[in-house]
Parts: sequence; C-alpha cells; structure tokens
Amino acid sequence: MAEEGYVAPHTVDEVVSLLVEAGGDARVMAGGTDVLVQLHADLIEPGLFVDIKNIPELRTIAAEAGGFRVGAAVTSMELVDHEAFNAAWPGVVEGVALIGSVQVQGRATMGGNLCNASPAADSVPPLIAAQAVAAIVGPGGPREVPVEDIITGPGQTSLDQGEILVSFLFPPRAPHSGDCYMRLTPRTEMDIAVVGAGINLTLDDAGTCVAARVALGAVAPTPLLVAQAADALIGSKVDDAAMAKLATAASSACHAISDKRGTKLYRIKTVGVIARRAAEKALERARKN
Amino acid sequence: MAKKVHVTTTVNGDEHEFLCETSQTLVDVLRGELELTGTKEGCSTGDCGACSVIFDGNLVCSCLVLAIEADGKSIETIEGMADGKELHPLQQKFLELNGLQCGICTPGILIAAKALLQRNPDPTETEIRFWLAGNLCRCTGYDKIIRSVLAAAAEMREG
Repeated sequence: MAEEGYVAPHTVDEVVSLLVEAGGDARVMAGGTDVLVQLHADLIEPGLFVDIKNIPELRTIAAEAGGFRVGAAVTSMELVDHEAFNAAWPGVVEGVALIGSVQVQGRATMGGNLCNASPAADSVPPLIAAQAVAAIVGPGGPREVPVEDIITGPGQTSLDQGEILVSFLFPPRAPHSGDCYMRLTPRTEMDIAVVGAGINLTLDDAGTCVAARVALGAVAPTPLLVAQAADALIGSKVDDAAMAKLATAASSACHAISDKRGTKLYRIKTVGVIARRAAEKALERARKN
Repeated sequence: MAKKVHVTTTVNGDEHEFLCETSQTLVDVLRGELELTGTKEGCSTGDCGACSVIFDGNLVCSCLVLAIEADGKSIETIEGMADGKELHPLQQKFLELNGLQCGICTPGILIAAKALLQRNPDPTETEIRFWLAGNLCRCTGYDKIIRSVLAAAAEMREG
C-alpha cells in the first residue's frame, strides 16, 4: 500500500520510490511556503507530502568543479548567510533575499521557488543568468538540465512523474565577473515582481564584455533567457550605447500580460529600465573583481 | 478520519507530546492542543507574521510549518520570552514606549525582534524596518514599534 499523509525520507532514492508509488498523488515539500498555502486554499489535495528537508545532499552548499553546488532544499537564509557564495553570486542572493519576509526566507528554498514555477519567481532570473544547471534524479536515473529549461508555463515544469530536483551546479567564476538581480515593485519588501531582470557579465582585462547572460522575469508565461539582450553587451565596453541596446532588446522580448500588478505597456517600458539598472550594478561588481 | 500521528517536541525548554493530523499546522497545535494561545494566527498564508515563532533557531511563520515537522525540534514562543515575572527588555520597552495598541501583532513582532537582536545586537532603524517587514501592524503606524526595538537593543547592549 502507498504511504499516506506525510513522510520525511533521508535519501533521494526513497523520495523517487515514494513518488513513483504514489503515482501523482504526492507533493514534494521543501520549505512549504508555497505548497502549504496551496493546501490551505484547497488548490491542492495530495494524499502524501514528501518532505525533502532531511536529505543531507539537498541541504548542502559545497565547492565543486571550481564553482558551487547548492542543494535544492537549502533555505534562502542559509544562502544569505554563506559568505563565499555571496562573494561569487551576489545577484543570486539578491533574488532569494527578495522572496517574502525573513520568516519565509527561513524556510523557502531555491528548488521550491523554481519548481513552483511562477513567472515572477525572484530567484529564477539570476539562476538562469548564472548559467546554473539543475541536477534531477528520477526513476530513469539522474540527468542535468539548464535552469532555463525547467519552467514550461505558469505552475508547470519539465520534471517527469517521479523526478526530483536535487541541486544546482554553479560554474566557476572568471575574473572580472559580476551579476545582479533587480525587480520593480511598488513596495521595497513583501511584494511580487512587476518585472525582474537578472544580469551576469564578464569583462576582459581591457574592460570589454566577453560574456553575458540576461534573464527576465514576470514578462512572459516563463522566465526568459534573452540572447539578443546579452548580445547587446558582448563585445562592447558596456557603455551608454550598449546599455540602450540592452534596454531595447529587453523590452522587445517582453510578452507580458496586463494584470493587477501592471499593464502590458508598463511592463514593456519598465523591463528595459530595470535590465539596464541591473546591468550597471553587475558591471560595477565585475570591475571590482 | 485520517490517522493521527504522535509528535514529541520541545517548546520553551519543556518537552511536550501531542497527537495531530498530518495536514495540521504548527500554529494550530500550539494554540489548540498545547493551549499556548500567545501565538496569534492572522492570515494563514505567511504574509502577516502574527504567528512568528523561532523553530530550531530560525524565525518562521508557524502557519507555514506542519505540526508533524516539529517532532524532535525546539520551538520558542512568546510564552517563553519573560523570565518568570521579569519581562524581556523588548517587552518592557514595548510597554514603556507604547509599541502596541490592540496587541494582536505584538507576540509575533516581539519574537521577530528577539530573533533580530540575537543576530545583530546593534541594528540600525533601517535594518529593523526591513527585518520586521513581514510583521503587519494595523494600529501603530510602526514608528513606536521601531523605537521600542531600538531602545531595547540599546539597553541589552549595556547589559
């Protein structure tokens, strides 16, 4: 008989078996800051909650292959408090530190933020900009997927039945690299992005941009990786002309809807502004290291 | 009726046992089973902070924690804040400086402020305002709350 209610396994393999056995009637719970709200609003009614917080490899931040591996169930607060990760990826930390209150950040996780698959998820654009790769394990074994290929629509992911997101691998940081995430909200805290932009760029010794990734949030059904916006920066000195091209490319990529947080036109206009401001901050950081 | 599960947990240093359903929240059990009604439930969605408790050292909303997760964990609630009849400096300053009016948000704010001062004994006004952004108060306009926390922090630093 399949398990019912709540289980908190200690290994990934146990999670996969439980998910397969439950056949779609189970929900994975990391911090629970989205799924418990959905449960109490009667939006979901799972027969089984599989709590993944007791699995050591999902709770670990470790150096790997010159970069970092971050467990999918590491909390926002644990990332905020991790000095080495902050030094390498301040933009990713900016994203996680904007998710809800301090109380929510004590529980919420990047893995949960990604798998909840909100178009406005604050940690996702900087993860995509960082070129983070998601490690997934399922009944068919492990696989690795770029973060930008996980969310397929609002509330929808490319994870198959029985699969679980285990960790994120961040690549090594080249010298003169910087990232930044910024969002537009009417309030500074406790709000949901009207638009958001994650920028990650690398300069050469002469200050020319040799690599860039630009990811936008809340402007389409999924967070977007916008190659044209990155192309506006690559090869330039990240000067005014390049910044103007970046803003135009970001606005052009916007497939927004109008909703209570902003109209389509407002989003098209402001996503360019926010992308530019985030790029200015990422540039400032890149010049310092 | 779903089968109830047995949970053993530590609240304010005392061991407690209770039975709960797997979908019950921690705030529900604190208030219902354990009769620790100092913790308030406001929105039930993690937006208002009234149900703030310290859960294994982390400030959390107890409406977003399942009661079953408390098994083997340590919880601090408002009932454990005063030392017998001696109020915690935060409680004392909230009284002296009128840091509360109706009082519903107060236990959550005191717990959140306590967590802040454990982490940062000398916060700026801005840091306090950002830290307490997840605790809503509809009476005070926040200013008296912030002043109370600043005053308590100063007193605690002097020992």
